[in-house]
Amino acid sequence: MSELKINQNGQLTSLDTVDGEIATLNLGPTHPATHGIFQNILKVDGERIISAEPTVGYIHRAFEKLAERRPYQQVTPITDRLNYCSSPINNMGWHMTVEKLIGAEIPKRVDYMRVIVMELARIADHLVCNSVIGVDTGALTGFTYVFQEREKIYDLFEEICGARLTTNVGRIGGFDRDFSPVFFQKLDKFLKEFHIIFDDFTNLLERNRIFMDRVIGAGPITGERALSYGFTGPNLRAAGVDYDIRVMNPYCSYQDFDFDVPIGKDGDTYDRFLVRQEEIRQSLRIIHQAKDNLPAGNYHGDVPSFFLPPKEEVYRSMEALIYHFKITMGETPIPAGEVYHSVEGANGELGYYLVSDGGRTPYRLHFRRPCFIYYQAYPEMIKGSVLSDAILTMSSMNVIAGELDA
Amino acid sequence: MENSTIQDITSSIESKFPNCVITTDSYGMSNIVCSRESIIDLVGHLKHDLGFGFLTDICGAHYPLSENQEFQVVYHIHNLYKNVRLRLKVNLATADLAIPTMVNLFPAANWMERETFDFYGIIFEGHPDLRRILNMEDMDYHPLRKEYALEDETRSDKKDSFFGR
Repeated sequence: MSELKINQNGQLTSLDTVDGEIATLNLGPTHPATHGIFQNILKVDGERIISAEPTVGYIHRAFEKLAERRPYQQVTPITDRLNYCSSPINNMGWHMTVEKLIGAEIPKRVDYMRVIVMELARIADHLVCNSVIGVDTGALTGFTYVFQEREKIYDLFEEICGARLTTNVGRIGGFDRDFSPVFFQKLDKFLKEFHIIFDDFTNLLERNRIFMDRVIGAGPITGERALSYGFTGPNLRAAGVDYDIRVMNPYCSYQDFDFDVPIGKDGDTYDRFLVRQEEIRQSLRIIHQAKDNLPAGNYHGDVPSFFLPPKEEVYRSMEALIYHFKITMGETPIPAGEVYHSVEGANGELGYYLVSDGGRTPYRLHFRRPCFIYYQAYPEMIKGSVLSDAILTMSSMNVIAGELDA
Repeated sequence: MENSTIQDITSSIESKFPNCVITTDSYGMSNIVCSRESIIDLVGHLKHDLGFGFLTDICGAHYPLSENQEFQVVYHIHNLYKNVRLRLKVNLATADLAIPTMVNLFPAANWMERETFDFYGIIFEGHPDLRRILNMEDMDYHPLRKEYALEDETRSDKKDSFFGR
């Protein structure tokens, strides 16, 4: 394939173009292959992409502005809607940010419970991403297999907090209630049965010649470029950089667990697929360890100014009633200060930069959304490739519209 | 994160950029306040000599009450080898909201700076494509500034006096 030459009028001068001219193609905003609302204005020569110009912001909801008038516990539902494939991670990240600001001590049991919930969410998120890579290559079967399992993870979330997708799970200081015995039964059943379906899925795709021919070499990026573009999470690890916040800055007692951080080599779609596959297995390992070693103790920390007192107390004791009212109205004292806290979201470093002036709402809250930052590398990654590879690249980067636009 | 590493870094910055103010907050994060003239040199020094090769985040903030430094651009950068994070801040006055761009050092800064421009109107000089990114192109204000209150100002049921303040 020879170099493309473009003259000042934007026309191709190279002789081996398909018909000597460039077409403009609107990929999106709504397109069945983009899994979300993204627009890409592509310049294509036949099927080859010469340049891409992404437009984002179609579902921008001004979360950072909304957060500036909401009391701290009311920000949690906003975080649900960032990466809605793994809302619990966002919720937990936010709780931990506020706990860091107020300096709350959190019991070990809460950490382990959070780890279970977060790793379940990570599995659900990676299942969506990897099965959708399959769908985009034309292999729908694997998708139908693992979406059954994703339903079971949502059943588990429902058992914990009553919600499935936008979970609003946990509270600042811990959980609103302990895990129920039914949850543990369901979790055991899930852990026992998940690997059967997951192995089927793995067998369908991982060493499938047709699939490998499609995804190897699609949308590659080097580790150096990935770092300079601010990649984090599985996409960065697929490019060969082993940056995982769970290991680097352990939060939530992640240092207690034994797990591996898979890395890739070429940073292409196949590596991203493999890294996510392995992360699912590692997440299962972590959940097993957390479940087996779940410490006894309370399911919430001693954070009276943020954690609601038990309901029966509220009806009987004056102090509990006062706290209930104060917390609900967002009138509890909070120190002034600024914190940055980040967790390893399913897509990478999910950071919260919180500035508090001591008032009832955050003074400033900025979300570091991994999707938003790494999606800007997309034009570079698909330049010179064919259109069908561009679709694969996008789905394997796991760009989630909610997180992209905030 | 070892204390000696932090000290090496801060003393290196202090000797090269005497105008920077370095403080450590109670959460263990080092904050560096510097002028917009020195920010690019400072980040270049951090990146090339001190190993801060990862730009985590850029965002803006608006403090309308602090005179002549109403706006702030906040950078978070990360040294992945030694696992040290730094927070850099540049204060700007409403009258002159220009700051040099960081795109040449970190391509990742491109969209982060566009977002900061979009929400606060901070002009990143030398940016290759400084357009709005999340909001509509024809919007004529910068919505995250504090003068655009979300609460209806005429509401009387949420006055502070009702809450003992």
